[in-house]
Amino acid sequence: MLKDLLKEIFWSLSANKVRSGLTILGIVIGIASVITMVAIGQGAQSSIESSIQAIGSNLIMVSPGAQRTGAVSGGQGSAQTLTVGDADAIRIEIPNVKAIAPEVSRRYQINAKGSNTNTQVIGTTTDYLTVRNITIDFGTFVTEQQIKSSAKVAILGPTVRDDIFGVGANPIGQTIRIKNVDFEVIGVTLTKGGTGFANPDNSVYVPLTSAQHFLSGDTFVTSISVAASDQNSMVAVQQQINDLLLKQHNISDPLMADFSLVNQADIIATASSITGTFTLLLSSIAGISLLVGGIGIMNMMLTTVTERTREIGLRKAVGVRKIYINLQFLAEAVLLTFLGGGMGIFLGWMASLLVSKFVPQLATQVSISAILLAFGVSAAVGIIFGSYPARRAANLSPIEALRYE
Amino acid sequence: MIECKNLYKTYINGDVETQAVCGISFRIEKGEMVAIIGPSGSGKSTLMHILGALDTPTSGQYFLDGQGVSKLNDDELSDLRRNKIGFVFQSFNLLPRTTVLRNVMLPLLFTGVSEKEKEGRAREALKYAGMEEDKFFNLSNQLSGGQIQRVAIARALINNPAIILADEPTGNLDTKTSHTVMQAFQELNKKGHTIILITHEMEIANFAERIISIRDGVIESDRKNSQ
Repeated sequence: MLKDLLKEIFWSLSANKVRSGLTILGIVIGIASVITMVAIGQGAQSSIESSIQAIGSNLIMVSPGAQRTGAVSGGQGSAQTLTVGDADAIRIEIPNVKAIAPEVSRRYQINAKGSNTNTQVIGTTTDYLTVRNITIDFGTFVTEQQIKSSAKVAILGPTVRDDIFGVGANPIGQTIRIKNVDFEVIGVTLTKGGTGFANPDNSVYVPLTSAQHFLSGDTFVTSISVAASDQNSMVAVQQQINDLLLKQHNISDPLMADFSLVNQADIIATASSITGTFTLLLSSIAGISLLVGGIGIMNMMLTTVTERTREIGLRKAVGVRKIYINLQFLAEAVLLTFLGGGMGIFLGWMASLLVSKFVPQLATQVSISAILLAFGVSAAVGIIFGSYPARRAANLSPIEALRYE
Repeated sequence: MIECKNLYKTYINGDVETQAVCGISFRIEKGEMVAIIGPSGSGKSTLMHILGALDTPTSGQYFLDGQGVSKLNDDELSDLRRNKIGFVFQSFNLLPRTTVLRNVMLPLLFTGVSEKEKEGRAREALKYAGMEEDKFFNLSNQLSGGQIQRVAIARALINNPAIILADEPTGNLDTKTSHTVMQAFQELNKKGHTIILITHEMEIANFAERIISIRDGVIESDRKNSQ
């Protein structure tokens, strides 16, 4: 019986190759487009989120406020108001601070062995690694000892290393010259990715005290990065830092604060709302293509079965029981939708991979839920509209079905 | 072997009742070749549907091989058609784009008969119906009208049915082909098959040995064919 059924499906589908092919094609396109769309949307969202996460986790940035000379404002961050003392106060007085790293950063021309580059030099403390999620590739980062002694040591970002010493070279023990001061290279950080103005790969790290003594020549810091111990405590920590610094700087009116606080969660929230809209847009497009695909499948199935009403009548007239007719049409619909579905998933997956390959900044993510949704909807539509009209036709008397035009 | 007792069939279409068959009774014995003739609207098609177990009468009784057919349900009617009746329809009665062999094998579908036996029986039936062997794998849409009817006859024979029911079997054929198809039926009859022809053409009815003439749902005449 089962063999009869399988044979009959095979013959019936292969007798109508074009019709079967078009039905499958409709399903393939419907499913593949939904999967690809959603994969692109989710890939874009997570690539934006991860590039924000790369800055560090649960980060609060303290920057100096605007410098005022009478009525002229020098702009946010131009003032020299933050000191190592502020950082120490935060470290000592505020709970839920996992790590804190004051930094002095500025761009300098760097020379070594006849080659030179212009890049960001960051004077900071050991905690900077934790705060900014930076990993040392080889060598060491600045130590407490080196900070105490204002050691003339430097850690290079991989891009700086490549620019000065050549791609992949080991520069440890070599000397670089920043603002006419020789620094010994003691480490290289691991490539972190990211682009733009403050690229962690294109930076040179030196002990905070060394930067103050030999480079900036004063005791101020350009920013303080604070990592809260977890996401929930961020709001409280930010508030406490604000209160503490107002007290430290003897400012009674919070509006007159000579510093500003930026919280990473704010940045993520803004970015998430953008990517959320983006995902919503792509999901609507995917939803519409699912609808269009579904209607296509429905039309295909309906016309196919209607076209075959006479065939159903003939089958019934020569004595095939209607359960076998129903079974055959159901099985044909299942086979077509599953074939089309499998191919659609494969095609959608491949298309997502291709997008990632040719547009590397858009790492697509094929989601199981998108696959299930697309496949589920197409299969349901295909099976319902493939078997229901056949069921109706099989319930007609064979004479009516045979006479059907 | 076929016995009809006072068959009635009433169609209700909205408020209009149509009496298609109004009290028909007759017997057909095994091995007879009977033509049922009548103009369109005479009720011969309705009668054929009842005889072919495609439909059940509103009242009256119909016995086929001693089995009462009038009160069977849909599946029982299917089984009866498959086991006892071979149909030859007017036209377009093959599966589209399907080989001759598969068309003939259709009534054996889902009967548990092995594929090998099905093919063997289909080949036998096709040869019996006078189909050339080199056409067995032709698709149904590559056949001539006469060939289509031969395939249809072979399909009707495959279950070795008690009766072969032919509904206007020459309806779409030219005279010459019609005659060869009718001769094929006569040969089957000589080999012992019971054959019932439904037609509106006297010329075709004359191939049978008994002619039942129907008009307005009743039997007008039932006579031995003198020709």
